[in-house]
Amino acid sequence: MPVAGITYNENAMSATASGLARVSRFYEAPVGKKVVMAVTGLILVGFVLGHMAGNLQIYLPVGENGVYAIDKYGALLHASEELLWGVRLALLASVGLHIWSAIQLASASNAARPVRYVKQSPLKSTYASRTMYWSGPIIGFFIVYHLLHFTTGTVHPDYKYLSVHDNVVKGFSVWYVSAFYIVAMAMLCMHLYHGVWSMFQSLGFNHPRYTPRLQFGAKAFAFLIAAGNISIPLAILSGLVK
Amino acid sequence: MTLNVWRQKSPADAGQMVKYQLDNVSEHMSFLEMLDVLNEQLIGKGEIPISFDHDCREGICGSCGFVINGVAHGPRGGTTVCQLHMREFKSGDELFIEPWRASAFPIIKDLVVNRSAFDRIIQAGGFVSIPTGSAPDGNAIPVPKKESDRAMSAATCIGCGACVAACPNASASLFTSAKISHLGLLPQGQPERYDRAVKMVNQANEEGFGGCTNIGLCEAVCPKHISLENIARMNRDFTVGAWSYREATADGGGA
Repeated sequence: MPVAGITYNENAMSATASGLARVSRFYEAPVGKKVVMAVTGLILVGFVLGHMAGNLQIYLPVGENGVYAIDKYGALLHASEELLWGVRLALLASVGLHIWSAIQLASASNAARPVRYVKQSPLKSTYASRTMYWSGPIIGFFIVYHLLHFTTGTVHPDYKYLSVHDNVVKGFSVWYVSAFYIVAMAMLCMHLYHGVWSMFQSLGFNHPRYTPRLQFGAKAFAFLIAAGNISIPLAILSGLVK
Repeated sequence: MTLNVWRQKSPADAGQMVKYQLDNVSEHMSFLEMLDVLNEQLIGKGEIPISFDHDCREGICGSCGFVINGVAHGPRGGTTVCQLHMREFKSGDELFIEPWRASAFPIIKDLVVNRSAFDRIIQAGGFVSIPTGSAPDGNAIPVPKKESDRAMSAATCIGCGACVAACPNASASLFTSAKISHLGLLPQGQPERYDRAVKMVNQANEEGFGGCTNIGLCEAVCPKHISLENIARMNRDFTVGAWSYREATADGGGA
């Protein structure tokens, strides 16, 4: 029951009453945008892990029937085009929402700090956390290139559909292409270094016992993903995988 | 020592860094006392003294504060500029002194900024609505010691604004979350817990503060060591509050 003498500001709340208005009101606050970034980030982190696990099959030997293990895996992923496109669209939606929220948060930050300091000090903050707005766009650009390179084959010198092993070996034989992949993975490493623990904070999970472990886990995860992915172009350039 | 101080005559003035030389600074002076000495010299020369906010000079009121060499409240950590002493610096140091930088904290003059935005965030929900009457029994409402400690820890926020100043996003999340948590952790704050979080977060957004990207610079400069854990709690309460909100109904006797 409202107490006499205190004016309740119901304007902030009443707009949350109906379904769509509730979503927009939730999303309007930076906390809501960060929740969207965290949830989409979690989906993308899951993909990044699965993608690396799939990629590492490049190291498996040729099977009895003369088919590369990774080619067999590629065929498996393409077994159901409906399912494949379902997953692709879900990932695309996640990437889209992740980028859209980031753009809005970044523009809000710029508006909130129009005048920069003459002197700045990073104190104990991590380089990765302060450069999320730089590592993110570089990864975004990389994803576009990566899709044109290995999914559509548009920028690949000799692309054959579903011939995964040969496509990868030929693609990474170009040293500057491999170099760009390695740089992009370093950016991904930085993005995950901060993002993987940060998403828990954004979702409201912080505990003196678990958060330091999550931060350590995020760093380990970031290096694991980067190391696993970077090993592939290196293995091909060094002739380990032919 | 050499001081570069932000001088701005009025909110409309463009402002600029001005260089001053100050000799014979005692290591026992607080930073504000050092500025007092500089101001005496400026007044002696017929110049306008540097304006800066201050009140208690005991590190508990939250009035003072500016950025020294890129660090809000200066290099010592866990303290305000009034409790920062010149022994933290070396003879011949060159210091850059700037006001809190945020569009939500407009500069009034020199190092003085308008922090009314914080007051409006509190007005949006940073209170417990109670009918006043006779004082309740001291131990009528049991409060677990651990919860009371966490609430008191959040309640030590003095609202100085260093968190906003230090944040690359100029976010007021640490302040807002401390004010949400110190009530939300106590039984008396439960009835309005989720509404409070929604209203205060929305108000901070309305004021033009940025969003939190979990960098942690706010926690690093906070004179009261307010923890980032409060921000996670705010995010949780806001999310629950925003999605679970329902209108009062007439059949329950409300509305």
